[in-house]
Amino acid sequence: MLRFVVRRLFALIPILFGVSLLVFFWVHNLPGGPTDALLGERSTPALVKQYKEQFGLNQPLPIQYVKYVRSLLEGDLGTSIATRRSVTTEIRTRFPATIELALMAMIFATAVGIPLGFVAAKRHGGVSDHATLFLSLLGVSIPVFFLAIILKYVFAVRLGWLPTVGREDILATRQHPTNFYFLDAIIERDPTAWWDSFKHLLLPAIALGSIPLAIITRITRASVLDVQNEDYVRTARAKGLPPREVDRRHVLRNALLPITTVLGLQVGLLLSGAVLTETVFAYPGMGSWLADGIGNRDYPVLEGGIMFLAIVFVLVNLIVDISYAVINPRIRYS
Amino acid sequence: MRGKGLHLLIGVLVAAVLAATATAAVKKTHAGGTLVFAGAADPTLLDPALVSDGESFRATEQMFETLVKLKPGTLKLVPDLATKWTPSNGGKTWTFTLRQGVKFTDGTAFNAKAVCANFNRWYNWTGPFQDAGATYYYQAAFGGFKNNGSSTLSPPLYKSCAAKGNSTAVVNLNHATGTFINWLVLQAFAMQSPTAMNKYGADQGSISNGAFKATGSYGFSHPTGTGPYKFVSWTIGQKLELAKNPSYWGPKAKLDRLIIRPISANTARLQALQTGDVNAYDLAAPQDVPTITGNSNLKVVKRPAFNVAYVTINSAHAPFNNKLVRQAVAYGLDRQSVVKNFYYGTGKVADQFLPPGLFGWTNKVTKYTYDPEKAKALLKQAGLSLPVPVEFWYPTGVSRPYMPDPQRNFQAFAASLENSGFKVTVKSAPWRPDYVSKVNAGTAGDLNLIGWTGDFGDPDNFVGTFFKTFSPQFGWKNNQIQTLLQKAADETNLKKRTAMYQKASILLSKSVPAVPYVNATPALGAQKKVADLVATPTGGVWFGNTSVGGQ
Repeated sequence: MLRFVVRRLFALIPILFGVSLLVFFWVHNLPGGPTDALLGERSTPALVKQYKEQFGLNQPLPIQYVKYVRSLLEGDLGTSIATRRSVTTEIRTRFPATIELALMAMIFATAVGIPLGFVAAKRHGGVSDHATLFLSLLGVSIPVFFLAIILKYVFAVRLGWLPTVGREDILATRQHPTNFYFLDAIIERDPTAWWDSFKHLLLPAIALGSIPLAIITRITRASVLDVQNEDYVRTARAKGLPPREVDRRHVLRNALLPITTVLGLQVGLLLSGAVLTETVFAYPGMGSWLADGIGNRDYPVLEGGIMFLAIVFVLVNLIVDISYAVINPRIRYS
Repeated sequence: MRGKGLHLLIGVLVAAVLAATATAAVKKTHAGGTLVFAGAADPTLLDPALVSDGESFRATEQMFETLVKLKPGTLKLVPDLATKWTPSNGGKTWTFTLRQGVKFTDGTAFNAKAVCANFNRWYNWTGPFQDAGATYYYQAAFGGFKNNGSSTLSPPLYKSCAAKGNSTAVVNLNHATGTFINWLVLQAFAMQSPTAMNKYGADQGSISNGAFKATGSYGFSHPTGTGPYKFVSWTIGQKLELAKNPSYWGPKAKLDRLIIRPISANTARLQALQTGDVNAYDLAAPQDVPTITGNSNLKVVKRPAFNVAYVTINSAHAPFNNKLVRQAVAYGLDRQSVVKNFYYGTGKVADQFLPPGLFGWTNKVTKYTYDPEKAKALLKQAGLSLPVPVEFWYPTGVSRPYMPDPQRNFQAFAASLENSGFKVTVKSAPWRPDYVSKVNAGTAGDLNLIGWTGDFGDPDNFVGTFFKTFSPQFGWKNNQIQTLLQKAADETNLKKRTAMYQKASILLSKSVPAVPYVNATPALGAQKKVADLVATPTGGVWFGNTSVGGQ
């Protein structure tokens, strides 16, 4: 197992090198640049030249790339051109917010998706099965930002049940030592704070979790359908095990394996979906920060932020691979 | 099992609905004396000398005051921390009589020494602080520094400052300029506590990857001024919290707390207002104005116009080097219709480049009301056969305060020009990276759409920027007007300056190097219970007398 983990960690090097190359050249090929964004109507040729020299943008791209990689290796993600704050500081502040949102979305997707897929499989061919399939198709098809806008309009603007923006009540004066508001609320034993954070997370998490929900539902359904026809399931039934025990011990446990793979892959989807969801709900995470970074053509923010998310994505996938062994002891890594 | 699975599903759904319903009981009103205001982004830094963006200035102007200011909501220069100012020595010496009994929020005294400490701070900046991104406005107003670190920096305008007692500060300049006093209204030249700046490292900064970064804690957690509000806390991405300054020298703020939060999307800001998550917000999109006015609990607060949108005419291109043809363009643009249909009541037709209310504005300019027949007659008088071809450019992928939807403005203008004897060739370019640089270089056709938002209350910031020197954008030369604009910028007597700019505006309206068409009055949205929220022309909001719910 240890050898496997070490090997996978070494395999990260070429992957991250490739990602850095892609991110760098994508960002530098966006129309416009930070000087245009900063100066607007005031962009005189002299000022543009001065800014380009200052940001090193007048140098050939390969040289800029080498400097970028050197900074990365030194652990320096740079300074935002628009906000003039350190990219590392911004990530430290905003990443916990995105993690909370992604976790909540994932909990929503799995808590609803697995039972829904299970019920659909159990009633294979019935009305609830068809309804589930239709809803999951809808879930995959509706763009996240559109669903976010609709949810917000109905539940926050029209009905006024939930807040429209932010991460907690704006009038709250709580301290957030970890920046994970749920965790802080638990540490402080403050149920009001926990409830406040929950309310602010609910709609963005449902919007963000809609696509993973649909995928998990479909995978669960297909997986349960497969597993319940396996010999060992028939044997379990034949030996007189109660149906509930068969489902719990033999069907669900084995059906969970492909779902775990899917969960790992959803992390990428959640992080990309967060860009739109966080913008709609003015949620102060990595997503809304990157969206502003694109608007400002803020190269250090985009390069540093995306690189960081890429590392997270790759590491999460590694954790998912390792978790196979926990779920299915027959799997051994060498 | 089937039944239980279904029960589980129903249970989850019911729990979700109950959880959501329970929140309906949460009261959405804010505590007494607190106003929550939404801007589009976080401030960059709370040291006004080191920023140049509107979001930062809106926040700092609650905490910091300047020697002179514009009366809230107007362009009239009035006393602030200086009660009197007198130019002498041909405009090279300015004597400021300071307000007595003023203290910074750290308890230290505001006096002549503090004024000179601020001027000297700017003048003595070195290294990273000479970066254009760090000190944009200092460099725009004062040129260079005591020791310029780069040959591209201009010689400094500032020479020295002397404190005469506690209440008189004398500022010496290297040359006279009429714009000096008007620059001082800018937050970039606000008075800050020298003690707090020293203590919390206001002058610590570095260049990282080409971008200036303040490294001291002053601008993040210890901004110290003399204003009606003082700093409480700032959580980047979430909120900036200010509290009433109890020892403020003037009428105390009515609000106990002022919270400014960043919400970048227009719609999100509007929805936050509709639901009461904020009490007011800035930068309302013109198309959202009918939604706000249609809600009985909300109102629109208009910011006085301090911008101008205009159609550039490139006089370097024949036949637009002929004044008659440029006048024909002016008659051929249906400005009234564009302003009426696309600004939703947040714009007024402009006949000159200066916004109304700014000194130098005059109603004696030549006005060009839409008249296709007159336009055709002028073209014929110029010896041209109709239709006259014209290449007309507009930007895509952008919305500016003075031009929310460039394409619609363009389409209406193109149609009215076609009615007036022109044959329009349509051209467009993305705002970034091409459009502005093409406009500035004079390569964006014969006509193009562009505009300007002012920085400070001085006509030089408008007509001086456009026409004082030759610009390829207009390809236009007029020695009489250009000399007049230079003299007006150097003059320190306000009456004389006003007369000069009025004359320049009249001459420009006859020569028509471009056609101004709108002064937009950007909108803010607010709850009706918010009183005395004053939007200042230069992009700020004055909360000095604001109250919520009649407090």
